[in-house]
Parts: sequence; C-alpha cells; structure tokens
Amino acid sequence: MSASQPPIDSPEIRRLTPVLAPGHTYSSVTDKISAIVLTRPISLGWLIGFVLAFSVFGVLNIAIGWLITKGVGIWGINIPIGWGFAIVNFVWWIGIGHAGTLISAILFLLNQKWRTSINRFAEAMTLFAVACAGIFPLIHTGRPWYAFWMFPYPSVMGIWPQFRSPLIWDVFAVSTYGTVSLLFWFVGLIPDLATLRDRSTTKLKQIIYGMLALGWRGSARHWHRYQSAYLLLAGLATPLVLSVHTVVSFDFSVAIVPGWHTTIFPPYFVAGAIYSGFAMVITIAIPLRKAYGLEDFITMRHLDNMAKVMLATGLIVAYGYFFEFFMSLYSGNKFDVFLVHQRLHGPYSPFYYALILCNILIPQLLWFQSIRNNVIILFLMSIVVNVGMWLERFVIVVISLTRDFMPSAWGRYSPTVWDWATFIGTMGMFVMLIFLFVRVLPAISIAEMRELVAETSEEHK
Amino acid sequence: MIQHRSHIYGVIGEFESPEQLVHAAAKIREEGYRYYECYTPFPLEGLPEAMGMRRNMVPLITLIGGLVGGLGGFGFQYWVNVISYPMNIAGRPLNSWPAFIPVTFELTILCASLSAVFGMLALNGLPQPHHPIFNAPRFSHASSDRFFVCIQARDKKFHLEATARFLQGLSAHHVSEVQDD
Repeated sequence: MSASQPPIDSPEIRRLTPVLAPGHTYSSVTDKISAIVLTRPISLGWLIGFVLAFSVFGVLNIAIGWLITKGVGIWGINIPIGWGFAIVNFVWWIGIGHAGTLISAILFLLNQKWRTSINRFAEAMTLFAVACAGIFPLIHTGRPWYAFWMFPYPSVMGIWPQFRSPLIWDVFAVSTYGTVSLLFWFVGLIPDLATLRDRSTTKLKQIIYGMLALGWRGSARHWHRYQSAYLLLAGLATPLVLSVHTVVSFDFSVAIVPGWHTTIFPPYFVAGAIYSGFAMVITIAIPLRKAYGLEDFITMRHLDNMAKVMLATGLIVAYGYFFEFFMSLYSGNKFDVFLVHQRLHGPYSPFYYALILCNILIPQLLWFQSIRNNVIILFLMSIVVNVGMWLERFVIVVISLTRDFMPSAWGRYSPTVWDWATFIGTMGMFVMLIFLFVRVLPAISIAEMRELVAETSEEHK
Repeated sequence: MIQHRSHIYGVIGEFESPEQLVHAAAKIREEGYRYYECYTPFPLEGLPEAMGMRRNMVPLITLIGGLVGGLGGFGFQYWVNVISYPMNIAGRPLNSWPAFIPVTFELTILCASLSAVFGMLALNGLPQPHHPIFNAPRFSHASSDRFFVCIQARDKKFHLEATARFLQGLSAHHVSEVQDD
C-alpha cells in the first residue's frame, strides 16, 4: 500500500477509494502496462522465479514420463480407492479456474468496474488452471494415447461414448470450458495486441504481435461488433461456468457412494470453486502488483472486494458443509451416518478438522477490515484457503471411497512420491505459465483501462 | 460500374478527446458523407449512433450457432442411442433425454461462442494483415491515446482540398491525406 493513499476508515473515503488511482491518462495507462512487456528488461527476480518454476515443471515431465513407462501402479491408488490424487487435483485445479470466468463474465454483466484491472490475468489463470486440471484425468486413464475414445467419432467398431455417464459429461464440460475461456481471453486481447504491435521496439515483436492482432485497427464499426460479441461471450460464459463445476460434482453425486450422493453437491461445488479461485487470484495479484509496480491499477479496493467475495463464498461453503452433515444425520441412513462418524473420528479425521479450520474458521477473520487491508495477512489467508479447498476434495474422495458399504471393501490410501511429484509439478507448470504470461502479454487490459480513464475523467467534471 | 481509381485512400483527421470525435462524426454525417470511418483506442459511447450505425449481425449469428449446437447435440445423442447403436438395458427407455441435457447444454454454449467470435471476425473482415489506413503518419496513436476519423476517397462528396478544409473546420489536428496502395 503506497503511503499517498488515504486511510480507509471512514465510509466516505471508502467510497472514494478508487479502482484506478487519480491522474492517469490514456497514454499513461498504455505506457505503463505495455512497458512491462515491451521495454522492461528481464529482472533477476523474474529469472530466478522462472527457473525455479521451470525446474518444477521438469519434475512434472519426469513424473508423467515414468507414469507412461510403468503405468498407474506407481501411484498410491488401489481398489477401492481408484481415484486418489488424480481426481482430487483435477477438481482442485478446475475449481481454481472458475474465479477467472466469474470475474471476466459475471462481473462484466453486473457492470462492476473494479473487474477491469484484474480480469485479464484472472482469465489467464483460468486457462492455465484448466490446462493443469486437464492433465490429471488424461493421465489417470492409464493409457492417455487412447483418450480420444472419449470423443464421439465414427469408429470401426461402430460404438459411441456413453452419453448417460457423468464422466462423458465431464469431457464435454471441461473441453467446452477450456475452449470458451480461450476465446474470451483472446477476444479481449485483440485490441491490446494491436497496441503492442504499434508500440513494438523491434521488427520481430512487431511481426509476432501484428499477426496475433489479426490486423485490428480500432475501426468504430469493428468495435461495434466486437462489443456485441464480447457481451454475448460474457452471457454465454456465465451459465457455462456454473455448469462446469455442477457437472464435476455429478461425477460424485450421481454415484451412490455414501457422502457423495447428495443434491447439495452442485451448488456447494460451484461456491467452493469460486472460493478457491478468488483465493488464487489474490495469491497471484499481491506479488504481481508489488513486482511490477501496479498498485495504481490493482488498488486496495480490488483486494478488499476480492476478500469480501472470498468471505461470502466461504460462508456458502460452510453452509454446504453444515447441511451435508445435517442431511446425513437426518436421513437416518446408516451408511451416511457412519460416514459422518468416519469424518469426525476415522483414520482421516485430521484432514477433516484441518479442512474446517482452513475453510471455515480462519477465513472468518476477513470480517475485519484491518485484516482485509493487510496485504501480507490477506496473502497468507489466500494460501490457507487454497490448502483448505484441496483438503475438501481429499476428504470427499478418500474418506468416502475407503469407507463404503461393506467392511470387506474398506481400504486405506496414501499417496506415493510420484503422486506428489505430479501434483507439485502441475503447480510448477502453473507458475511457469504465469511468469511467461506477464512477460509476453499485457497482464491488465489496456483498452479497458482507457475506458476506465474516460469514465473517471467524466466523473470528475 | 467503373470505379474511380486513385492513389488516395482518404483524408484523416485527429482528435484529442472522445467527445470531439463523437461530435465530429455526427457533423460529417450531417454534411452528407457516407464513406467514412472512425478509429479509436477503445469503444466510444454514442459513436455508433452518431455514425448512424444500425444493429449488427453478431447476435443473430450467435443465436443460429447456439441453435445448431443445441439441436445438433441432442439430435446426435438421440441418433446414437436410439438409431445407431440401441442397447436394451433392462427395458429402460432408449431416449433417456434427461441424461442427454448436460452434453446438449455444453454444445449449445460451445457452438454459440464459436459463432460469436468467428462471426464477429468474419463480419469485420479480420484477419486482414494490411489496410491503407496504416499508411496514415500518426496512426499508431489510434491504438493508444488519439481518436481518428478518415473520410474515404470513394465517397461521392469527397474532394481532397474541400474535405481537408472541412475536417480542419471541425478542429481536427494533423489533417492529412492517406495513400492507397
């Protein structure tokens, strides 16, 4: 937080805390944001971060290479716990992506101006998270080179995918989500790519950005259609993002396994997805604004708003936990009641308590403004929520599968070093992609920031 | 029709603020020019109206795409399960439509989104690597901080000197001709 900012105590000053620091013009926002990509030299910090992330990405490649060589037996999965880390991590990553679409689509439809400076990298985060998520079910098939069997194509055997199965719904939901997120992101980027083309310092950059900009020239007739398309994409992405985690929750709730077969799963999965996604946006935004001096664009108002969204979705998740618990007891179904008992007292109960601590208890601190305005505490809290949401998926997958109907079918699960290597490897891939992204593309939408400049200058008149 | 071939694409003028450009665009239209175009670093409110633009085709294309995706998606699942490879599993209905809804929904969204984006690009004539307007000397500012209007030479009312004077009269800066190539 810069020293020049007013104290954010009185409600009046709060309302005035800007989404864009005063004094910016069209050229100053253009210069400042495009300079990160075009003229700023590579810093030592970036280089170290990138090399570290790249090394961890290397671990992912080794883990996947070994998996393909040896098969899924190198993981800790077994019968009855066939899902294990692969599905836990898949659900975790895909959930993280949801905040990006929420920010870019839903807040756009609601005309929330504060979304402007965070939507671009939140959308990038969505894409990278979906890429990480997609790896897991793919390699979990054991023979990823046959993954195309999940798509309907006219095969010589004359058979088709099972369209009544949630796992096939998942294929369609996740691939649609990835495609639409990419389109939305790219359409938003076109005007900015044109800006980079026009301001490029070298011929090579000019050619690359020029090709990506598709010859955009900012014509008013083009903008007119562009705005229609963007609005429509936002309108289409909104129900899509709600459907994706709903379909992911169907993977669980359509099955009759105790602890999974509940109708509360779809809404509570969606809320959890947005919860973890906002936590990840905060985790990225805080170092990003610090490292690139973007405090004028990503202001305390943004962090405060994101913390509030996190608190609100966290409460929905808490409600979900409570009713999951209540309905199991109220149903009188002995398997459901037993599952609750296993969560509280079974071999994996420490995970359940840690989950309650991370997802429900600690985030209540966000009610306090002083906490929301403390960048370091907020950063730490966002990590706590990320851990909590991962634990949630672990609890759902592992406890239910280790304790289903017959004691003879019970089991235990513990991940191997290869499970961890794959999981941590995807984190390396995610961080590496974020590092590359901030260097080669504008992390904040320049065109939309200019609109914000125009709007704020009108307000001052 | 014989096209008037000329090496001039049009006359361009520059403005510093969105309001000036919107005002100028309305005036140019009042003056009777039809072939002119504004170039702005971000979409301006009121400019489409000032230029007399009507509703565009993108929403219709998107609707058609969505309908094709939805009906096609459901129809395909119906065909697969009822016609192509019917499987009688304990006498359950072959057309189990509720189970087909998620994929139908996703394909609706997918096709509608693809239509919106590619429809928009096609209507805009993009990608188009080069355009004569890029010959304008200060045009790189159109993607940063200046607002341009260009009256094209193919307009019936176009006359190099008169049009340039007219633009200057609207307090446009750096009025200059744009070479065609």
